[in-house]
Amino acid sequence: MSVPQYRKAAALALVAGLGFSLTACSTKSDDKDTNAGGKVTITVDCQPVGAQKELLKNWNDDVAEFQRQNPDIIIKSVSVGEQCNNPPDFTARLAGGTVTDVFYGYMTDLQQVLDSGQAMDISQYVNKDTIPTWDSVDPALKEVFTDGGKLYAVPVKNYSMGLVYNKVLFQQAGLDVNNPPKTWAEVRAAAKKIAGLGNGIAGYSEYSAGNTGGWHFTSLLYSQGGQVLSADGKKADFNNAAGKQVLQNLKDMRYGDNSMGARQLLQWGDLLTNAGAGKVGMFIGAPDSTQAIVSQFQGKFQDWAMSPLPGQDGPAKGTLGGGEGYFFKKDLSPEQVKAGLKWIAYQKLTPGKGQFDYVRAKPQNYPVGLPQPLLFANGSEAQKQELELRKANANVDTANFALFEATPVPIKGEPRNAQAVYAVLDAAMSGVLTNPNANIDALLKTAEEKVNQLLAAES
Amino acid sequence: MAITTVPGATRKPGRPTPPYAGPQRTSLGRKVRDNLTGHAFLIGAVLCFVVFSWYPMIRGIVMSFQRTRRGETTWVGWDNYSRIIADPSFWPAWQNTLYFTLLALVLGYAVPFFVAILLNEFRHAKGYLRILVYLPVMLPPASALFLFKFYAYDPSEAGLFNAILKALHLPTSQWMQSPEMTMPAMVVASTWMNMGGAVLIYLAALQNIPGELYEAAELDGAGIWRRIVNVTIPQTRLILALLAMLQIVATMQLFIEPLILANGAGTEDSATSVAYLIYQHGFFQNDLNGAAALGVIMLVVLAGFSAAYLRLSAKQD
Repeated sequence: MSVPQYRKAAALALVAGLGFSLTACSTKSDDKDTNAGGKVTITVDCQPVGAQKELLKNWNDDVAEFQRQNPDIIIKSVSVGEQCNNPPDFTARLAGGTVTDVFYGYMTDLQQVLDSGQAMDISQYVNKDTIPTWDSVDPALKEVFTDGGKLYAVPVKNYSMGLVYNKVLFQQAGLDVNNPPKTWAEVRAAAKKIAGLGNGIAGYSEYSAGNTGGWHFTSLLYSQGGQVLSADGKKADFNNAAGKQVLQNLKDMRYGDNSMGARQLLQWGDLLTNAGAGKVGMFIGAPDSTQAIVSQFQGKFQDWAMSPLPGQDGPAKGTLGGGEGYFFKKDLSPEQVKAGLKWIAYQKLTPGKGQFDYVRAKPQNYPVGLPQPLLFANGSEAQKQELELRKANANVDTANFALFEATPVPIKGEPRNAQAVYAVLDAAMSGVLTNPNANIDALLKTAEEKVNQLLAAES
Repeated sequence: MAITTVPGATRKPGRPTPPYAGPQRTSLGRKVRDNLTGHAFLIGAVLCFVVFSWYPMIRGIVMSFQRTRRGETTWVGWDNYSRIIADPSFWPAWQNTLYFTLLALVLGYAVPFFVAILLNEFRHAKGYLRILVYLPVMLPPASALFLFKFYAYDPSEAGLFNAILKALHLPTSQWMQSPEMTMPAMVVASTWMNMGGAVLIYLAALQNIPGELYEAAELDGAGIWRRIVNVTIPQTRLILALLAMLQIVATMQLFIEPLILANGAGTEDSATSVAYLIYQHGFFQNDLNGAAALGVIMLVVLAGFSAAYLRLSAKQD
């Protein structure tokens, strides 16, 4: 082939290749619900990633067993990262319409999912026939995923925050691991002692970036009895004594005692990395944060314990709660919805199976005995079974979480337009944690004005 | 190598040239056939631009006038624009971005030019030094910024810069945790990370300056500074002007530096850039339409700036 002909051929091949690629990008799969064998196929996300070896094996084993029991259903698992819901990725998948048939989301995602038009009303499908334990599921959790009387997701996990503390550092600092701080004044005193150990250890650590600062401000505010927005959700309601107390407590620890470490502007992974490395004495978090510390940040379960969220002068007046669930993509066939519900029932909501298969999890580096999730309503049959199994197979010292479990704090949900509000509150948190001369009144006033502007613009 | 644009110049040797038959009426099909290779390659590039640049841009403009709620998209006129301008972070984000751009012009624009002049003056180890200067460009930007974040800008005394300051008995800094230092620190990291490319372009331009000009200047008694002002800068004017525009357009789109170095907004919003605000609205606040509106505002500002700049440059020439 002469050079010019070769060039022409190469150019045509290039164009054809590009054309095929574009066509491939734009073509959607048509294997919607059934294949040649009459089987129902569904795609499900949040399959653990390769690095989570045991969790991934458990998931794959569950899929295999479920398909063995239900030979007419094919589960296609999709992995979307360790966190399952990294907000930018999740938003991109929603906007691009590339979510799986059954897709994972946070409780706070409901509005976004509805706005994207990707979710299906599954009210008519969810009942005792499709999910045998449905009547035992805590009604408050179902309510979170309900909008206008329609159910859009099945709750599969929930949490509330408490004080997570490192027992080893407590002992080294001469603190009583069985008597953790109950008030913010006690937290401050303990943090000072732990930070006194030196070696870059923070007595107490806190977020202030990537919207996580606002998230934790909310929990700290709830502990003071405050609320982020007014009852009608139209005005900011944190520029008051409760909000000031939250920031004052942090400022006192950060600059009064120098007990929070030099590095600030921390977000989720930063704090947990430090915690896994044994550099954090206390922080606020949910029970499963200890799981993250162990499975993702090389910490040890036996080092960590949990107590209720402290209050200002006594028990906390509230704590932040949240959770996650599975949505169903619009336009699924009834058979696919039923197959998806059957899978969720098997893997997420059956004591002794899937996430509640404590016999399987016991020998693994995966905690059994954590006080949450508490998906089933108090006193329900499913809850009894789940708690018995949990107790019988506990591989973490349940005494480490006994205080947290025995002293429930009223749980409050996240505010409307949570992420936008959190982004504003990050500035107040970062201000007080990075500026020794921070003016708390000014920080809260600015944040209040910004949140009010946001809410006004939204409405 | 000679470059020819004569049609048919690449024809196979030996093919007889048709006798001249006056002006030819070439049809479009004939023209396409004659330049098939060129068109085929062009189609590839154009398709890439259409799919990955122009379509998203047009879609963004359309989205900025729409609002999607509950799966329904409606036209809302200028609502997204008024809403995004009312965002409390809107003006601070522009202020931060312009401040970064200004600092980047002072530091990020001037430093590579003088580094190039310096490198051009070296008689030995030129290649080695060029590699050293270009090395940071080869580092993935995220890795380079993490190096700065955890190694250089650590606010404790263990941080590289603080250790140096301490050794010199100078006050240490909180770097990214200080609202005053956030932008200068980001510009330093950004300049270190990106200057390699600009240095190479300047070096190429410098090497095109005829040596006689410098010799003449030296004979006239010009020192090094006079030679830079009267020979180097005028001779590299076009490259300098082009890179200034590209640099301003690029630095206005500041994103990865605040995202990594300041974990987003930084201390008291001191790192929030316009591009980061777009990201916040689009990916965290369930507001893709607001993000699109802010994107269009940025597009208009940058396009306006580029047009004005090119016009002014053309006038000067």
